[in-house]
Amino acid sequence: MTIANIQVSETPLVLYTLRRADDALILGHRLSEWCGHAPTLEEDMALANMGLDLLGQARELYSYAAKLEGKDNDEDKFAYLRDVRQYRNLLLVEQPNGDFGRTMVRQFFHAAFADLYWRAMMQSKDATLAAIGAKSEKESAYHLRHSSEWIIRLGDGTEESHRRAQTAIEDLWSFTGEMFAVDDSERGLIDAGIAVDPALLHPQWLKTITAVVDEATLRLPASNWMQQGGRSGRHSEHLGHVLSELQSLQRTFPGATW
Amino acid sequence: MYTQALNTSDADDRNVEDAARAAAFQARIDADERIEPNDWMPAAYRKTLTRQISQHAHSEIVGMLPEGNWITRAPTLRRKAALLAKVQDECGHGLYLYAAAETLGTSREELVDAMLTGKAKYSLIFNYPTLTWADIGTIGWLVDGAAIMNQIPLCRCSYGPYARAMIRVCKEESFHQRQGFEIMLTLCRGTDEQKAMAQDALNRWWWPVLMMFGPPDKVSQHSDTSTKWKIKRFSNDELRQKFVDATVPQAQFLGLTIPDSEMKQDEAGHWVPGPIDWDEFKQVLAGNGPCNRDRLAARRKAHDEGAWVREAAAAYAEKRKRRQFAQAAE
Repeated sequence: MTIANIQVSETPLVLYTLRRADDALILGHRLSEWCGHAPTLEEDMALANMGLDLLGQARELYSYAAKLEGKDNDEDKFAYLRDVRQYRNLLLVEQPNGDFGRTMVRQFFHAAFADLYWRAMMQSKDATLAAIGAKSEKESAYHLRHSSEWIIRLGDGTEESHRRAQTAIEDLWSFTGEMFAVDDSERGLIDAGIAVDPALLHPQWLKTITAVVDEATLRLPASNWMQQGGRSGRHSEHLGHVLSELQSLQRTFPGATW
Repeated sequence: MYTQALNTSDADDRNVEDAARAAAFQARIDADERIEPNDWMPAAYRKTLTRQISQHAHSEIVGMLPEGNWITRAPTLRRKAALLAKVQDECGHGLYLYAAAETLGTSREELVDAMLTGKAKYSLIFNYPTLTWADIGTIGWLVDGAAIMNQIPLCRCSYGPYARAMIRVCKEESFHQRQGFEIMLTLCRGTDEQKAMAQDALNRWWWPVLMMFGPPDKVSQHSDTSTKWKIKRFSNDELRQKFVDATVPQAQFLGLTIPDSEMKQDEAGHWVPGPIDWDEFKQVLAGNGPCNRDRLAARRKAHDEGAWVREAAAAYAEKRKRRQFAQAAE
């Protein structure tokens, strides 16, 4: 009898690592959906590049989570054999691609955060996380530069692109707060100098995105209401569809080697 | 990935060329010199190459679709990353092939437009669907394998930018080919269901792949000029035979059966395939393959839905130029 979903012993550090791995996998998966369908060939290449960076980050983080957990889970079991309620990613990264403007705004909000986050992670007392932070920071710096340039082009381009970019900002804004939330399980790791305290990054994040949004002649919403739930497995309806596609072969042919 | 031998001729155009320049041009070709963008060349040479290189570029771009169909469903994270990187490579090939074609004087926009309106062709192989994961292995193993057979000689093509592009393309294609074979090997060493999946994919792709090399030499009328110009160095049948001879032992190694009951080994050791259904070839070329409409629709959709993005980028670039100009004037 093969198993349907794996069991994960979510110690604080395993959970912490899985949360970041899930962010990277789901956002990378979303970007990979663009492959072959982007507005220009150059952008097709760029979206695939960012998707590949994120997949690479996910794989390192899953492998580290597996090592920490010390059972027989591995990167593929984490990715392919957990159900929606076991996934720990931010709601932001599972939001559908929508039009190119929406994809770029999602990327921009996330990269502006990830860039700061990974840079801070380089100071972690956990050597593996510090090393992953050092590599990922270089990648997210590019993601931030690339998406910022597009936000400016779209915001300050045509009436239509301005309208689309503004709509995307308003639609996605309420998913940004979750990036800065901390629960008890992470608090202990922050106090131990292992995890990054995201709340400390909020002022700089806001400064970065405000500067870009201003230059793009766009506006940030006034609303402070923020959605939460991804970190504890309460997702939007979208994630289930991502997983049904992502996991289809592993679910159809349990136990096969690919 | 691969441009197909469509064998149409522009020989008539050559009548208007200056005979002495044409002779000097041919002498350079005969001496194995490379022709570069600013060199004089017969109009028909330019036209033939523009068509061939742009068809090759279109094939790379349309070829992203059947494989892209499995990126979100790749069965492991390693396979997912490799497939995404592979399809991204195809995009890169398309980009530098369009750039090579542009050196002959036609813009990328015009070339892409010819593809989107159905005027320009792309390789017929991409009008077949990818139904299972084994199709991704088979495309790498056979379609990229066939592409390599065609493209290695193109590395010595007389037109410099095309030849140089091919050198890079071939390196990446041979990596893809090994990757595809490795997917097949994993399936063939897997469960019975996986092995059946591999055999089914081979059954469906084998004949279309043989058609990739173009019509048989005896009905292929227009290879002469391309051969004389050293654009084409081997005939369709020669390349097809090389491919079959290389592939049969690989299929045997995998434990798969080539779906050709009439295939025989001749005295010289060549594997001679049974008759190819050229009616199917003509139908797919005429737009009646299983995916012709889907492929063009997908490319048009990406183009149309991306229009506002390209317009925004152009509008922003224009605004920025004006601002910089105004600043400089102050």
